[in-house]
Amino acid sequence: MALFGKPQYSTVTVKKKDIPKDLWTKCPKTGEIIYNRVLKENLMVVPSSGYHFPLKARDRIASMLDEGTFEEMDMGVHSLDPLEFNATSSYPEKLKQNQDKTKETDTVISGMGTMGGMPVSIAVMDFRFMAASLGSAAGEKITRAIERGVEKKCPVIIVSASGGARMQEGILSLMQLAKTSAALAKLSEAGLPYFSILTNPTMAGVMASYASLGDVIIAEPEALIGFAGPRVIKETTQQDLPAGFQTSEFLLEHGLVDLIIPRGEMRDRMINLIKALYGSKKSA
Amino acid sequence: MEDVTYTLEFEKPLRELEKQLITLNQVSKESKVDVTSEIEAIEAKIDKTKMEIYSNLTPWQRVQLSRHPKRPYSLDYIDMIFTDFEELHGDRRFREDAAIVGGPAFLNGESVMVLGQQKGRNTRENLKRNFGCPHPEGYRKAMRLMEMAEKFGMPVVTFVDTPGAYPGIGAEERHVAEAIAVNIRDMSALKVPIVTIVIGEGGSGGALGMAVADEVMILENGYYSVISPEGCAAILWKDRAAAPQAADALKFSPEYLAKFGVVDRVIDEPMGGAHRDYAVAAQNLKTAIVDSLAKLQKKSTEKLLEDRYQRFRNLGEYADSAAMEA
Repeated sequence: MALFGKPQYSTVTVKKKDIPKDLWTKCPKTGEIIYNRVLKENLMVVPSSGYHFPLKARDRIASMLDEGTFEEMDMGVHSLDPLEFNATSSYPEKLKQNQDKTKETDTVISGMGTMGGMPVSIAVMDFRFMAASLGSAAGEKITRAIERGVEKKCPVIIVSASGGARMQEGILSLMQLAKTSAALAKLSEAGLPYFSILTNPTMAGVMASYASLGDVIIAEPEALIGFAGPRVIKETTQQDLPAGFQTSEFLLEHGLVDLIIPRGEMRDRMINLIKALYGSKKSA
Repeated sequence: MEDVTYTLEFEKPLRELEKQLITLNQVSKESKVDVTSEIEAIEAKIDKTKMEIYSNLTPWQRVQLSRHPKRPYSLDYIDMIFTDFEELHGDRRFREDAAIVGGPAFLNGESVMVLGQQKGRNTRENLKRNFGCPHPEGYRKAMRLMEMAEKFGMPVVTFVDTPGAYPGIGAEERHVAEAIAVNIRDMSALKVPIVTIVIGEGGSGGALGMAVADEVMILENGYYSVISPEGCAAILWKDRAAAPQAADALKFSPEYLAKFGVVDRVIDEPMGGAHRDYAVAAQNLKTAIVDSLAKLQKKSTEKLLEDRYQRFRNLGEYADSAAMEA
């Protein structure tokens, strides 16, 4: 299967320890070494190979909305520890570590802005924060973002990335699937479009709720998208997984994903889609 | 010779007593020796031990009861609670999935749509039922039947009993996540009353795909969790053997579920678990379902849907510092 093309061999051999950590990055697809500034300017996509690195939620929002229009909301919503969860480390400790690492309070950044002049309610998941696992706070922010769409009569965009529901909040995390999906039923009832953008990786509980419910479901190239993790499937079924299993391309072929859009084209093509599905209503 | 019925590890003291009882019964049958007083003494001891063991079950022990191979399954309850069940099959798209059963039946003479996740009792049955792990088709069939119920104004009763949706290649190719998501969304807006009872295992998204209801109940030894205790142990403890610790940490037993508002009522089981007395378990379940539906059917459709929305809308615990400042 030629999904990932032939690896291109770098002519320079650089030992890992010789690379200053914050200056260069190695492309996992081709092994090519890229200057970090180039990568950042290209929205964390390797120019030659098209490999998409994770993008911070705030950078994502900046890359999509009209410049300077983002108004962040629900910044005060943050996680508690309803289960007083204690496994190998306590949940509050884990939250603190991730807050220090990412400088964000939790995994969802949300608010209002415009795209091509049209209002949108947007929520973006940041994979760096506890693998963007969905807990009560994230579920609440997503739900409010959807409800804002209903209230302000505008499209809703959710950019997902997630390892699934957040174990540390137990059953309450699972209930976020119901809460968010029920809000989407209301948005749908109101005749407003919902765009679900899937990025690498979007799995499990998030996939079994809002991520799968877009009027339009868009994936970034080569993202891992699915319900059960590939390792679990392999262990359960004792079968070899098909080539490219659970990638964006696989899901396009199997009819779940409407289209695959590379990050660099996302804003323009999203504006086009919003115009098509919503633009005519805006002036009404 | 009679078989021992206390087969779980923590039931060992009972198993020992039961064995003694079986031997004594054998003796009294085969010889003329009067062992009545010995038998009575052991029976009394069994009762006392039962009380001690079953009134102090750990979460992990209850998980074992919820998975007990003799536990009543959906079709057992359907048979005992409803009359004239007609099973309807297939999702009209791909195939029939026997891990979920459903169809119209009568509850005290009133027509209802009843659905359940169905485990198998032996290897042959489990090949058919896939150990109660549904494929996407099962969820799509369930939604088809729920929409039928809506069309004909029938209330919906769903029994949840699954370790989880099946993690397989075909399930992914046919988008099990999407099937579950659609059920969750569309159940939230279904215009007839829905009652869900977790009768055994409530395994994550696979359970929730049939559990967005006006009233969610659980049997005393059921559990309802975001992840199986083994799965949680494998991820957080890097060892599936830590499942008992994970079962504690996940706080998924009925008392916690009720505290969090995830379930609305906990239904009593016979001492030692539902499998020790099917009739009593079914009667308790039936009483709860009838009571719940009677209440729900008094509501207007509008109120029913608004209450259902708010029921799930309010689930979750978080802080909102902006709201506190405001």
